[in-house]
Amino acid sequence: MIAVIDYGVGNLFSLCSSLRYIGADTVVTADPAQIRAADKIILPGVGAFGDAADKLRAGGLDTVVKEEAAAGKEILGICLGMQLLFEKSYEYGEHAGLGLLKGRVVDMNGRIPENLMIPHIGWNGMIFKRKHKLLRYLREGDCVYFVHSFYAEDCEESLIATAEYGRELTAIVAKDNVMGCQFHPEKSGEVGLNILRAFCEEDAI
Amino acid sequence: MITKRIIPCLDVKNGRVVKGVNFEGVRDVSSPVDLGKYYSDHGADELVFYDITASYEERALFTDILRRVAETIFIPLTVGGGINTVEDFDRVLKCGADKVSVNSGAIRNPSLVGEAARKYGDQCVVLSADVKRVDGSFRIFAKGGREDTGMEAISWIKKCVNMGAGEVVVNSIDTDGVKQGFDIEMLRAVREAVKVPVIASGGAGSMADFVRLFKEIPDIDAGLAASVFHFGEIQIPDLKRELRRNDIVVRL
Repeated sequence: MIAVIDYGVGNLFSLCSSLRYIGADTVVTADPAQIRAADKIILPGVGAFGDAADKLRAGGLDTVVKEEAAAGKEILGICLGMQLLFEKSYEYGEHAGLGLLKGRVVDMNGRIPENLMIPHIGWNGMIFKRKHKLLRYLREGDCVYFVHSFYAEDCEESLIATAEYGRELTAIVAKDNVMGCQFHPEKSGEVGLNILRAFCEEDAI
Repeated sequence: MITKRIIPCLDVKNGRVVKGVNFEGVRDVSSPVDLGKYYSDHGADELVFYDITASYEERALFTDILRRVAETIFIPLTVGGGINTVEDFDRVLKCGADKVSVNSGAIRNPSLVGEAARKYGDQCVVLSADVKRVDGSFRIFAKGGREDTGMEAISWIKKCVNMGAGEVVVNSIDTDGVKQGFDIEMLRAVREAVKVPVIASGGAGSMADFVRLFKEIPDIDAGLAASVFHFGEIQIPDLKRELRRNDIVVRL
């Protein structure tokens, strides 16, 4: 059973449809007991970092995610959900994240050439940095769909894949049982479904 | 590098795709679900579904169809047609749309763009502009291109982008249906005026028209078309290979 954490941030329609499509047994929940009982956890999210972090804390779900991560349960953060795995973000101020991965989330503005549009929206090819089970069914250069204005940096320790947009932007991260994608696998066609398939598979990391 | 997008647009009426489409392997050529899946499996980077129905009952049917499309297609989905209020945004987003395109609704009530952008984010709001040359200037037309609003197009588009439109579809009425190529002059004028993605629409007749579009305006983000894809005159995988042969970065 995969628990998709529902903490009031963003639309879960496509994510749930894609998990159903690949045959994953899924529950959408904000109930700590259900999250703890699940085999794996997906932390989704779109919107602003500070607001999302507050909502996660308000339900006590930050503690649940941290404890489950410490116990070795596999967790996949998607988009803002991936950003929340890091230590902190500088989106409109400074906000603490879950601190499960080393690194910080910063604004693209001022860090990519001025002629490039922000947000970084669209299909972009991936550059692989390390082998990982999430890449099991992929080839380097495969395109995935991004929509974001902030990105994770100083995260070499967990960097699995990047995408070129004026500089190399963090695309996939993973350290032990904690994983994340900046892009939307549920909007990235067959490539995205294959990332979700790899995550949902039973084998060890 | 970010890739150039190729986007087929499907008009839906009474729960069926308007304009006969005939593809090998598509069971029901006017089923939005089957056709959407066909395009998604054959290289489309995004799909646009346009609701051209009028009545309340037909609208409910459209929303139901949209949900079924969104359940089976895992690429970005834009929905347009009949979007007049923030509630309309809510209705289609709940059915799995990723972006919502506004046209006449924004002309009637320009504050719709800002309200929707604040609620759902700029990336969710697509301005669709029907533009035609009148007395040497670009004008915005409403009601599916039938009515001259008298508004100058570039300033209208800039105004909407400032209010929060995260993307602009420019449909040239002058080149639409003529199949002699995109309206390079008009598109370049819009491209230079705003700093959000611009999608070209109207006039595609051949693969060479797409090559010319991306060569002449390297910063244009996407090409949208309907009939050349629906009638099988251009197969998207062939088009993508042709673009790549011309050093244009695409997703294959």
